Amino acid sequence: MTALLSIRELTKSYPGVLANDAVSFGLAPGEIHALLGENGAGKSTLVKMIYGLVRPDSGRMMLDGEAFTPANPQAARAAGVAMVFQHFSLFEAMSVAENIALGMANAPGRRDLSERIRTISTAYGLPLDPERMVGTLSVGERQRVEIVRCLLQNPRILIMDEPTSVLTPQEVEILFGTLRRLSEEGVAILYISHKLEEIRSLCSAATILRGGRVVDTCTPSQKSARELAEMMIGSALAQPPERPETTGEPMLTLTGLNMATEDHFGISLKDITLTVLAGEVIGIAGVAGNGQDELLLALSGETKSAPGQIMLGETDIGALGPNQRRNLGLLAAPEERLGHAAAPDMSLTENALLSGATRERLAWQGFIKPVTTANFARAIIARFDVRTPGPETAAKALSGGNLQKFLMGREILQRPRVLVVNQPTWGVDAHAAATIRAALVQLAADGAGVIVISQDLDELMEVSNRFAVLNMGALSDPQPVGEVSVEKIGLMMGGVHGEVADAHP
Amino acid sequence: MKTAALTQPILIVTALVTLALFALFSGLDPVLLAVSIIIAAQPLLLAALGEMVVEKSGVLNLGVEGMMIIGAICGFAAAVETGSPALGFLAGATGGAALALIFGLLTQYLLSNQVATGLALTLFGLGLAALIGQSYAGIKPPPFPKLDLPGLSDIPVIGPLFFSHDAMVYIALALVIGVWLFLGRSRPGLILRAVGENHDAAHSLGYNVILIRLAAIAFGGALAGLGGAYLSLVRVPQWNEGMTAGAGWIALAIVVFGAWRPWRVMLGAYLFGGVTILQLNLQAANLTPLWLLAFGFFLFAIWRTLTSRRPLELLGLWLATVLTAAIAAKYPISIQSQYLSMTPYLVTIIVLVVMSADRLAANLNAPASLGRVFHKTG
Amino acid sequence: MLILEPRATTPRWLTVLTPVMAVIATMIAGGILFAILGKNPVEAIRIIFLDPLLDPYSRTEILVKAAPLILIAIGLSLGFRAGVWNIGAEGQFILGALAGGATGLAFYPVEGIWLLPLMTVAGALGGFLWAMIPAILKIRFGANEILVSLMLVYVAILLLSALVSGPLRDPDGFNFPESRQFHNAASLPILIEGSRVHAGVLVALGAVIAAYVILQRHMLGFRIKLTGQAPRAARFAGVSQNVIIAICLGISGALAGMAGLFEASGPVGQLVPALPAGYGFTAIIVAFLGRLHPVGILLAGLVMALTYIGGETAQLMLRIPSAAISVFQGMLLFFLLAVDVLTGFRLRWVGRTSA
Repeated sequence: MTALLSIRELTKSYPGVLANDAVSFGLAPGEIHALLGENGAGKSTLVKMIYGLVRPDSGRMMLDGEAFTPANPQAARAAGVAMVFQHFSLFEAMSVAENIALGMANAPGRRDLSERIRTISTAYGLPLDPERMVGTLSVGERQRVEIVRCLLQNPRILIMDEPTSVLTPQEVEILFGTLRRLSEEGVAILYISHKLEEIRSLCSAATILRGGRVVDTCTPSQKSARELAEMMIGSALAQPPERPETTGEPMLTLTGLNMATEDHFGISLKDITLTVLAGEVIGIAGVAGNGQDELLLALSGETKSAPGQIMLGETDIGALGPNQRRNLGLLAAPEERLGHAAAPDMSLTENALLSGATRERLAWQGFIKPVTTANFARAIIARFDVRTPGPETAAKALSGGNLQKFLMGREILQRPRVLVVNQPTWGVDAHAAATIRAALVQLAADGAGVIVISQDLDELMEVSNRFAVLNMGALSDPQPVGEVSVEKIGLMMGGVHGEVADAHP
Repeated sequence: MKTAALTQPILIVTALVTLALFALFSGLDPVLLAVSIIIAAQPLLLAALGEMVVEKSGVLNLGVEGMMIIGAICGFAAAVETGSPALGFLAGATGGAALALIFGLLTQYLLSNQVATGLALTLFGLGLAALIGQSYAGIKPPPFPKLDLPGLSDIPVIGPLFFSHDAMVYIALALVIGVWLFLGRSRPGLILRAVGENHDAAHSLGYNVILIRLAAIAFGGALAGLGGAYLSLVRVPQWNEGMTAGAGWIALAIVVFGAWRPWRVMLGAYLFGGVTILQLNLQAANLTPLWLLAFGFFLFAIWRTLTSRRPLELLGLWLATVLTAAIAAKYPISIQSQYLSMTPYLVTIIVLVVMSADRLAANLNAPASLGRVFHKTG
Repeated sequence: MLILEPRATTPRWLTVLTPVMAVIATMIAGGILFAILGKNPVEAIRIIFLDPLLDPYSRTEILVKAAPLILIAIGLSLGFRAGVWNIGAEGQFILGALAGGATGLAFYPVEGIWLLPLMTVAGALGGFLWAMIPAILKIRFGANEILVSLMLVYVAILLLSALVSGPLRDPDGFNFPESRQFHNAASLPILIEGSRVHAGVLVALGAVIAAYVILQRHMLGFRIKLTGQAPRAARFAGVSQNVIIAICLGISGALAGMAGLFEASGPVGQLVPALPAGYGFTAIIVAFLGRLHPVGILLAGLVMALTYIGGETAQLMLRIPSAAISVFQGMLLFFLLAVDVLTGFRLRWVGRTSA
């Protein structure tokens, strides 16, 4: 096979980080090639260079045997390279057609474009209405917009950056169908992921990155998921902890929790009923944007609810604010680390004060106790092995994993009666993720009730005792983890998203 | 929810009808009144239209007042020195754009806070204009001719209303149409809106966010400068220190009022022009501030009747309206002119409140990246 | 080419150095401006920045000018830190002077040590209430506080003019639009013999200390900073944004109101239409120049007062127009904002051009 794209010794460094170190690999026409690696392994930087968003420090790229140095994404697109971003580059307040036009070098006229969107999107099994406002689409549909935008330009190379992290299993199947068909048509696909089973079933070749270097290449179908994982992480995986039996007292009871969204494009919570027992972890799955953020806000006290809908033990806490809830023992850790759970420019000590002030009594009559506060921060750092020069370091200076350990530790060390976490290991390296999961399971074992909201099904399978799915703001009945299969979960998650959305407008 | 969409049009129409009736009863010539409203609206229209484009690109430039006054003095000085008002307008636009580019440089390349930089622009502009304008106080600028269209201009009422203005009135109208077409129909306009909506996404699609924003900022500055020049060359026409007297700030409010749509911005500018002219005429007519208060209550009551469902509040408001009107009719006490001069500023506040209260409607069109600092990483 | 790189941490010396750099850059640019105006730049800069420090009376005048600037800027800085943009301090200054001044005039000619404290409270209350208008409209309706507070400046100026030519006019003043002179008990005591340094200077100093304690050691300061830096994190920490808006506007309004009263019952001695003199706007520059830090504001207020006093001398001696001094101050803010980028980012030279 002759390489369509070949990459030789690409190197790119950022201050303090060598993002790519002499990376080489080749991409043949029609090949689905996996770029496998952990967060921070350098996958994103690599594809950004191919897409013309980042200039390499050194190294060469060849397209069709000729030097390929895209100055910007327009140039890359003109050469036939298209990319679907992990964080979509979409404009919520604009229509599907306008979004697609923005990604094309010479977009046809309005009517013509709408027609082509309809044709192409149906042809590839990804139906789209060109006039719909993107902000009203589900995450799966948004991804379709991105893909159709690429397809309209007849790409020769399609880069997909973690495309399935936001999809239901059924939607993943549809996507794979589309990708296989493109591959048959001769389009080379560069597929970035850390989901091993997907790569095994989809990709014909894989390049494995660790710490910015190519550490291995393989044919994924000939390797087991465990072998792939060990290539990716570079060390043996820890065994998941034993799960204890749970028959505790009810700690937190949600009865018909309803909450209208404040946000234009947000999701309203519909009639959520759930009881969290002492000593158990309840896992809540669901595709992003189905009410996860709203549920966390309703529980943390950042949004208030009607009386009688949220009971902590015997206390109705629907009208209480975050600090009053903390006093009673209900703690929360939101998904977004920088900006929501932590103030990026503030030190770790100040961030410890942020949620710990009331329950840890870090202030007297409003006057901050500096020594006590610093000691609390130090305790978190020590207990959760947070790698940082010290408690005076700004939160934004920490890596994702270290900051997340600090933020989880901040809540866990306050001895919560109930802890709610959203995406506890999103964007965190494997070791930190394992530490965090173990700490959550241990917290439950010590008698607290824990709610873990996550989009990572493997994670939920590992930590939860019972399991429920959040879909369009409604929560399914929780079921013991042993009794559910991935297919069943997929259906609970709403099957193929667009269809569900159409069925219940 | 259905009435909500109609609320603002109903309010505006009621206000205009009431005011027109009042004008007739006070013996003012409605045509002359309308013509002076048009003239008073132009500086606001130009400045607000420019700022709207800037905000659509995701930048909040609070320095409109500074750019306007620089435009006023540059335009005035150039017109006096060359004897040509047209060159004056050109100079006003250039001056405004040049000042705007200082803002652009600071906010786009040096990533300074947009609010603070906008304020700095206003403070600096006011000072610099005063400095340049020292030798221009008390001079009359060369007259800017009206474009009389033979035949058409002579038609009673229609003629003076539509066919007998100076060139800038028509240019401003053309600019409104141009901006409307640009933003809604053209590809560059689409890109500009995209940059204002989500600058990170626009960047990852390969658009040059900074350059697009700089262009928008310069355009906004040029229009603010034109508005300022209109003030000193046509509306007043004279140079006074601090002559913009808050017009730039009112233009900012008009953008909010116009919900980032060109035609609504134009409507807003005419509304404010109307308020300004009317309060001047009120001082001549026998309208006491109590009548004004009653009028305010009246509009507020209509607004709440359309939006609120609390009977007690509504009853109270209508009662207040009738009572104030009754007292006003019984005691025609005249009042110091200063209180009437407050009206444009008070109306601005009221308009802001009414527009902001309907948060969903106001936010839908607001550019999502407005005022956020863009720094490309990697 | 030169590129900007985000910094993880800002060295302390840099936060101190950048305002100094801005002042120096302004001196250079100002010198060029004066040269364009046909004045000797070195002499002009010397008169503005050095001469007032050498003359004892000018030194006391610096304190007189600095006191209201510092008092207002301290209040504004709290709001600016929280992302609450009170631009209408000038209006709150006027309302403070009006409320406090009217109280003093109401008790004319009663003597008593209680009158001045009463006037001060009335002044603070006047500024506070005027600032609560944008606060309430922001909280209740989401109206932009920048525009509302600014519109209220124009309203306040007109109100002052209306009142001093109406109800508050001096009955023996031949119809001039000004109030009568404050009597003894309504005038601020002088601290330094032979100067105009009044008790307001001490209040300004007290405000600096109080703000320092609040920002460094108190939960209120922490919540204010948190609201400004990460609004969602503030909500997570249980901070009510509405309370912060009300507190920040309230404090800055009260302080501006007090400053207005001190100006009226101190150096000016009566209510006149020209009372405002732009302190409320210059204080914005002072707040930024002091990096929103109480000690920084103290120093920045003194520097800014220096340019006022020096500027007046330069006006007399070199016939430099007064507007040139405003330009000068505006430039200072520009340069400050420009060099500010260095605290958040570091400059790096990269050999190759990058996209």
